[in-house]
Amino acid sequence: MTLRPASTVPPDLPGLESRFSHVRGDWHYLDNGAELSAHGIEPVGTVLAVHGNPTWSYLWRDLIETLTERAIETSAAVGEYPDGVRGAWRVVAVDQLEMGLSARTGRRRTLADRVADLSAFTADLGLDGPVVTLGHDWGGVVSLGWAVDHPDRLAGVALLNTAVHQPDDVAIPAPLRLALARGVHRWGTRTTRAFLETTLGLARPRLDRDVADAYRLPYRSADDRDGIEQFVADIPAAPDHVSRPELDRIADGVAALDVPALLLWGAHDPVFSDRYLDDLLRRLPHAGVHRFEDAGHLIAEDVDYAGPVLSWLGSAAAVPEGSGGDAFTGPGGPSTSGTTSPPEPSGTTASSTAPDSTEFRPIWAGLDERAADPVSRTDQAVLDLTATGAGRFVSWGALDRQVRRLAAGLHEIGVRRGDRVSLLVRPGPTLTALVYACLRIGAVVVVADAGLGLRGLTRAQRGAWPQYLIGQTTALAAARAAGWPGVRIAVDPLDPVRRRALGVDHELIDVARAGEGLELPPEPGPDDDAAVLFTSGSTGPAKGVLYTHRRLSALRDVLAEHFAVGPDTGLVTGFAPFALLGPALGTRSVTPDMDVSAPRTLTARAVADAVKATDARMVFLSPAAILHVVDTADRLTAVDREALGRVETFLSTGAPIGAALLEAAQSLMPAAEAHTPYGMTECLLVTDITLAGIRDAAGAPDTGVCVGRPIVDPADGGVLISALDDDGAATGPPSADPGALGEVLVSAPHLKERYDRRWLTDVAAERDTPPGHWHRTGDVGHLDDAGRLWIEGRLAHVLTTSAGPLAPVGPEQSIERVDGVRRAAVVGVGPAGVQQAVAVVEPERASGRVRPGLAPEALDAAVRESSSVPPAAVLVVPEMPTDVRHNSKIDRARLADWASGVLAGGRVTAP
Amino acid sequence: MTMLVTGASGMLGTGVARALVARGESVRTLQRRPSGVPGVEDVPGSLTDPAAVADAVDGADAVVHLAAKVSLAGDPDEFTAVNVDGTRTLLDAAERAGVRRFVQVSSPSVAHAGTSLVGVGAGPADPERARGEYARTKAVSELLALARDGAGSDGGLRVVAVRPHIVWGPGDTQLVERVVDRASSGRLPLLGHGAALIDTTFLDNAADGIVAALDRLDDTPEAVHGRAYVITNGEPRPVADLLAGICRAAGVEPPRWRVPAGLARVAGGAVEAVWRVRPGTDEPPMTRFLAEQLSTAHWFDQRETWADLRWRPAVSIDEGLRRLAAYYGGTAP
Repeated sequence: MTLRPASTVPPDLPGLESRFSHVRGDWHYLDNGAELSAHGIEPVGTVLAVHGNPTWSYLWRDLIETLTERAIETSAAVGEYPDGVRGAWRVVAVDQLEMGLSARTGRRRTLADRVADLSAFTADLGLDGPVVTLGHDWGGVVSLGWAVDHPDRLAGVALLNTAVHQPDDVAIPAPLRLALARGVHRWGTRTTRAFLETTLGLARPRLDRDVADAYRLPYRSADDRDGIEQFVADIPAAPDHVSRPELDRIADGVAALDVPALLLWGAHDPVFSDRYLDDLLRRLPHAGVHRFEDAGHLIAEDVDYAGPVLSWLGSAAAVPEGSGGDAFTGPGGPSTSGTTSPPEPSGTTASSTAPDSTEFRPIWAGLDERAADPVSRTDQAVLDLTATGAGRFVSWGALDRQVRRLAAGLHEIGVRRGDRVSLLVRPGPTLTALVYACLRIGAVVVVADAGLGLRGLTRAQRGAWPQYLIGQTTALAAARAAGWPGVRIAVDPLDPVRRRALGVDHELIDVARAGEGLELPPEPGPDDDAAVLFTSGSTGPAKGVLYTHRRLSALRDVLAEHFAVGPDTGLVTGFAPFALLGPALGTRSVTPDMDVSAPRTLTARAVADAVKATDARMVFLSPAAILHVVDTADRLTAVDREALGRVETFLSTGAPIGAALLEAAQSLMPAAEAHTPYGMTECLLVTDITLAGIRDAAGAPDTGVCVGRPIVDPADGGVLISALDDDGAATGPPSADPGALGEVLVSAPHLKERYDRRWLTDVAAERDTPPGHWHRTGDVGHLDDAGRLWIEGRLAHVLTTSAGPLAPVGPEQSIERVDGVRRAAVVGVGPAGVQQAVAVVEPERASGRVRPGLAPEALDAAVRESSSVPPAAVLVVPEMPTDVRHNSKIDRARLADWASGVLAGGRVTAP
Repeated sequence: MTMLVTGASGMLGTGVARALVARGESVRTLQRRPSGVPGVEDVPGSLTDPAAVADAVDGADAVVHLAAKVSLAGDPDEFTAVNVDGTRTLLDAAERAGVRRFVQVSSPSVAHAGTSLVGVGAGPADPERARGEYARTKAVSELLALARDGAGSDGGLRVVAVRPHIVWGPGDTQLVERVVDRASSGRLPLLGHGAALIDTTFLDNAADGIVAALDRLDDTPEAVHGRAYVITNGEPRPVADLLAGICRAAGVEPPRWRVPAGLARVAGGAVEAVWRVRPGTDEPPMTRFLAEQLSTAHWFDQRETWADLRWRPAVSIDEGLRRLAAYYGGTAP
């Protein structure tokens, strides 16, 4: 008995053309099949889209419009194609029965019914050819049910916020609990529009009124809302729910899928939180996943999802070009291994780059060897001279024992290969032991610097979703307060009250004890995930960067080889990431007396003490630390100077620094060769230059900062440039030709594997890169005739003038040579393509009070005289706006906005 | 081949006539006073006199039309009589005489409402939006001229409009000497902060650009006919920098006192109204239009102009200031 038959959409819904709307039996659905046929287009496959509760197929309007448009464009470009036009997809988006504009039949439907209904519908429709399923909310489950039941037809699965599994020990999300509560359920879902309106209210930003009205259209009366009530009732909240067996069947089936998968996730979803993303990723470890930090449950309304879905579909490599006949094998993704290819047994697969010529040595091999050797077993491995470490020294034997105890202990409390462990521990021997313990058992270490601040750390913890969190008390308190995920393990002993208050599950000392004498689990494979390192956040929101064991080991190898680090070298590590590599390199490392989170606390004497304590030959310092070390050099004693005189290699690691500062630092270590490598979190060592090299480059006519030559052999990667076009976009084919200004592309065995849960960022970072594994850095520069790389700024800061793209660093350097100029920034004002270069200058502090606005005449003339490009205007500011985190990188976007306002004749305030 | 230049007694008209003579063209000029340009045939007369206009056009192959009433204030009827009716008279005569090429020298103000202009293109002339009688009548006359593109007995008349923005140079009574006069008598205020970026055009560049448009009507008419191009030096500068540069080149102290831009606009409006009621010989010290021009950004996208006219300004702002200094005996960068 049909209470209300299915109907098509009215003609004037915003964003949806009624020609896509069809009725077949009880079903209303959107379909562009007829439209494609009318254009003579044979699609390559079908996207079967299933909405959730309480939306309807209107949710997919952008997808059907976008895919139809693209299909028509593509076929116009390539002409007719017998086996399907590559890039042309049919979209069939159903309204589930009792929902949307499909019929109200009065029948109650369980999950199993809904999956069967959908299969019956596609059979009736005669849907053939490859199918990619797409689902949102509970429609995700139904779409996956169809996927699991049609393995022969399935070409891929794509999901927006959804879930297939509810752990018995975790309560269902609060909003659903409320919707199901006795007395609320019927009233909230059927009698009133509460559930509907609450869901529509989740859009970020708010829905336009006409769009919200379109969503309300099929649910105007209480009878219309029957399906909403039923759907909520069908949530398998308890283990004995009637739909639970079907849910479990689908969940298990999903874990066996080997087709490409894409997960687009809104992070602000009160229902499908990151917990469910994590569960899905465990079932679909090969999925490309992008987590949109600012989107919510209605992700399809919050962000452009159709474009990413299209590019995912379009990255299918297997649709034949020209020959025809080969079967479609589904969508692909960026070249990065692991994101879109089917899962393969760990440890047996090749990396996405050519296998290394050298045999893979685990990251802990150096530690193992030193500890196993009776001669070195009692030698120093790690020394901590910081106030908190109080001169703790750990021998190779002791470090090895501690790593083994922790590794076995962590395994004992449930940490498994692939589990993520967030380490919020100050650098020192404990952190070092924890890192190696986690790596040894295949747990993925998550490292985010405290410098990100509470907000940044919270984003990082939620984004990476670690299963375990190991931290000192301050970190545990933050975890508690901000609701960071993960079983909490305290590094420091706690009294029971604090322990309970902080929600601590284990203390590290107990973990280590539990591991005493236990066998270690099998080692992870070279292509298993090893670490997620968060970027500093100075060039955009902090991103998780994922390294595999192979790539981490390659980093160790490149360091050892390029800087000739051997067992006897000895490292002073005033820069955290490298402090952790000492044991991997099999050489002793010492952290000098400093507050490791504040590099400006490091003095020259502390460096000298560290050198003396371990007879170290190599010193790593961050640029900020170098500044302070140089400033405190007058306190060095003769003995200190003598010790520093034994240093052979000195590295400034972080941002490249100028010759003057490097010279000053080197004068303290006269026998040392000073290096300042260029790299980023994604590839810690790209190029390297010595002080002598900087002096040599000073005579070159090139603009920018010379950062030297690529560290890796050309056979293993290197640096290429993708030239900028007139719009300032890096569209040029990657090339090693000298002189061309473009985006810097890097490749190396120690390059990141991929970004973590940022599939779109991966796609962007690997766009149009050469075969192999390359990364677009977002930096711009050029190569010179001698193969040296010159960095000229960030891609985002390039000006597009009528004379072509202009990178800011070159002219800034020329302006900073003017007397009385402390810092300069060159920003663009005006529309893209005709931007005018404007020099903004921060005068030396000594030059008196500075009023923001046009530069005084003399300064204006001096800047114009010195600048390598003629600026339209010279402006002064008392102080440059800088990003919060580093207080050194100029916030150019803000500065450009300010300059635009001033030069348009607007009010002159401080930037 | 004869070319007629109207308004050749003005600074820019003189520049264009000189440039054409210099390359050996036969040049005739039409204006009320002698042009003072050596080597041209002066036809004395006004645009408001159809007989004089017909005489001047007779036998000419090309016309460069610069003559106009240029003023910041004045009787609206007078603007219309010269700028609109005069242009129509000239176009009629040119069409009858079988002129092939017609360059209408116009102004960027024909297309803009006096708001901030940042890197914009030419845009269509619009009398409704143009501010002030000058801009309004120039907008009407540009539309009139462009509407005649393709006219003539055989459809052979080709028209292009060229809009130079704020032309200045040695001997310039319109901008340079006025600025210098007022600065030396302490009557030149800076409006607002003087930071608004404005495009200007050095005299020789403007003349070259106009000649380039004339030439393109000959060799690549399909690219340019019926269209309008803004011409500038392509080097916008803060208005205070420019005025200071001009003052120094003329050997006077640049202005130091500032008037808030909003106040100047209001004052300009008031002064304009008073001047309209009691027209004097001098121009008002400030008009609303001028206040807007000098306190908001006015600079343009020159890419299309450069590409279509195959022309680039040869004299930079700094070089222009040096030439100005050489002429007036001041200093320049």
